[in-house]
Amino acid sequence: MPRRETESQAHTGTAVPALDLTEVGRVVDEIDPHGNLIAVLQHVQAHYGYLPEPVINEIARLSGVPASRIYGIVTFYAQFSTEPSGRHKVFVCHGTACHVAGAPRITEAIEQELGVPDGGTTPDMSFTLDSVACMGACSQAPVMRIDADTFGNLTPDSTRKYMLGVLDELGLSADDLAGGAQAPEGAAEAAPEAAASRASDTSEGRRP
Amino acid sequence: MSDAPTVPQGVRVGVVPAPGGKRRVQVCAGTACVFAGSLKMFAAFEAEIAAAGLSDEVEVAIIGCHGLCSQGPLAVVSGEETYYPKLKAKHVKRIVEEHLVGGTIVEDLLYVEPGSGERIACWHDIPFYAQQTRIALRDVGVIHPERIDEYVARGGYAAARTVVTEKTPEWVIDEVLASGIRGRGGAGFPTGQKWKFAYNSVSDQKYLICNGDEGDPGAFMDASIMDGDPHAVIEGMIIGSYAIGARDGYIYVRAEYPLAVSRLRLAIAQAEELGYLGDRMFGSDWSFHLKIKEGAGAFVCGEETALMASIEGRRGMPRSRPPFPAVSGLWGKPTNINNVETFANIPWIITHGAAAYAALGTEKSRGTKAFSLAGKLVNGGLAEVPIGSTIREMVYGVGGGIKDGRDFKAVQLGGPSGGCVPAALIDTPIDYESLAATGAIMGSGGMVVADDQTCMVDLARYFLQFTQNESCGKCVPCRIGTKRMLEILERITAGEGEDGDIERLQKLAGTIKRTSLCGLGQTAPNPVLTTIRYFRDEYEAHIYGGACPARACSALISYHIDPEACTGCGLCAKKCPVGAVSGVRKQTHTIDLDVCTKCDTCRQVCKFGAVERLTGDEVGALASAAAPPA
Repeated sequence: MPRRETESQAHTGTAVPALDLTEVGRVVDEIDPHGNLIAVLQHVQAHYGYLPEPVINEIARLSGVPASRIYGIVTFYAQFSTEPSGRHKVFVCHGTACHVAGAPRITEAIEQELGVPDGGTTPDMSFTLDSVACMGACSQAPVMRIDADTFGNLTPDSTRKYMLGVLDELGLSADDLAGGAQAPEGAAEAAPEAAASRASDTSEGRRP
Repeated sequence: MSDAPTVPQGVRVGVVPAPGGKRRVQVCAGTACVFAGSLKMFAAFEAEIAAAGLSDEVEVAIIGCHGLCSQGPLAVVSGEETYYPKLKAKHVKRIVEEHLVGGTIVEDLLYVEPGSGERIACWHDIPFYAQQTRIALRDVGVIHPERIDEYVARGGYAAARTVVTEKTPEWVIDEVLASGIRGRGGAGFPTGQKWKFAYNSVSDQKYLICNGDEGDPGAFMDASIMDGDPHAVIEGMIIGSYAIGARDGYIYVRAEYPLAVSRLRLAIAQAEELGYLGDRMFGSDWSFHLKIKEGAGAFVCGEETALMASIEGRRGMPRSRPPFPAVSGLWGKPTNINNVETFANIPWIITHGAAAYAALGTEKSRGTKAFSLAGKLVNGGLAEVPIGSTIREMVYGVGGGIKDGRDFKAVQLGGPSGGCVPAALIDTPIDYESLAATGAIMGSGGMVVADDQTCMVDLARYFLQFTQNESCGKCVPCRIGTKRMLEILERITAGEGEDGDIERLQKLAGTIKRTSLCGLGQTAPNPVLTTIRYFRDEYEAHIYGGACPARACSALISYHIDPEACTGCGLCAKKCPVGAVSGVRKQTHTIDLDVCTKCDTCRQVCKFGAVERLTGDEVGALASAAAPPA
């Protein structure tokens, strides 16, 4: 049975319809960007799901901190992203114990099932695949997380089974992921939004 | 040392009574157990206990990492401390019915000691636990991490109270100096000395920082302490703040540890409410304010000057020292930084006395050290032992030996800054000096065990990829040197190694070690240097023989089905994701190597061991054997 997306899941995704920048103002009012720029960026990213150029420029405009400095911090820390990510996230652990236990094969299995490379997002914006350095579950290695669900002692075979199970629950097929057929579960509405936000990144966002 | 008091060995923990004198079932909610499904077991216990009408008598509680992670998900019936490992939902029903209602331990669900086959009911009697001496981890996995009263019931905050209300800062520093404790974050600088420097620094404002940016892949000791016993860290910091004269402090927590952040936040609020933290704590004149800073994902921020830059909201890039943080640290003020585990030890040292701590360990390395044991071990998890225990004691004693009866090859200590110690040096004592002599380091406590199927060249490449990825880019040797080293290692593991590669790696490594700005760069070559030192033959096999002796590097292996062993069951063909396996049922199957992606699925699913990985000359030998006319 398809599980319902919660509001928070939707928020971590791509949904920045018209890039309403009022949240930036609210966060900058609350936290002083001069001493706490990282905390400001963490709060802003929690709201928008990522840190597109208009958002960075707005923080700079409101606080007087040069956009170049903000951009320098955004690109320094792994937590921040200037690109939108999928509504669902698959994290494969690549800590030492997981690596020794075959984590590269696990990532390959997911790459095949989702049809995207490590770090990539499916064209329908439903899934992003990422590697993480260590989740601290070394004794269950290799491990992965799909949203809040955790999976341990993986083999390439069981990984595929779990991944397909999750896709099945969401009612998504390989065609849907590729952005081909009409996708259920909100993917159809989300995709144009993402496209719109990307477009705004390049057109409006780059204005001097 | 003759008059040193007796130290409680193995630290038998007392029973924590549940509120209202209820019996309690403790379910481990450490990270590994959660991955194994412990939260489902928690829900199952609650449901079964309610169904049995026992809700008024038995409480189900979560605990932090209990330690023996490879046995997860696990639960402990407190009181008699009965230990139920590898739980499944159907087990929970039986435990509730037979043990909690019927009063009989469920024999067939108990832990089985590998080797002897003995069933052990009480977790204190399991060798993994019995061989440990838990000081930093004294309450982890024992108390409910979200209840301050349980920490206090086991003597918590008594040390901080004594220090703040009765002792002088000089007394505290002398006590910590006398204990001999050295920084548990990896470098091993004596903690008391560090405190003395900060104490002697005169300023209107000083800072105390706890480094919880545990970034070594394969290390989870600090995470387990922060989310399993957050008050121990806070209490250690209170004592430290009083000793050095810092009225403000920060705990810098790695971005990937949201549970630690929430538990620490709650613990700080609880301590403030009881007057143990904040203004005029314990009714004294001393005030200490503690805040959490969440990291944003950068390994280099574990380096103290980078960490301070990050707290200040900047890119976490290290700077050269001096000035040392004790003179000019956070926002230019004198600052002292210690690791999570170091702070967690401090209350115990104050309560039990420096001599009790100094009685453990070796001449130069006093006390105990927590390790996260992982890799190809039977029993992996969180373990704390006196410093000076040998690698053999960790691998075969605490760790229960190598999984699947395979051969112990090496242990990797200290993560990306550390090195691999080979099986031949298995009796090396684990202390700062002995490990440094092998080329490895004590590090923060990550210990990953490799067996004969682990390729040491690939392991070196893995760590270089990590450090190269995490290099902040400030200094050239680290930014470009590690990149060049990684390129060479990638070529070697891809079967494109060249004569002279080993020497090039060694030369680059020497330059990077000597000329990098911070510890990250200075230690980055260690995994490569130690593997060349002890496993040079593996490098040579890759470069000159086109072979990976461990059969791990996919570019150098080829899959083959042994016709003698294949029964033609067809499972491999069914499971192959790319349709590379073909064959008629009940006849030998074959693998189309042009299609095969070397995902290893066929070998893993084969019940007859018929799928082999060939490497080097074996591939050619097989091809020529297969060539004769049919």
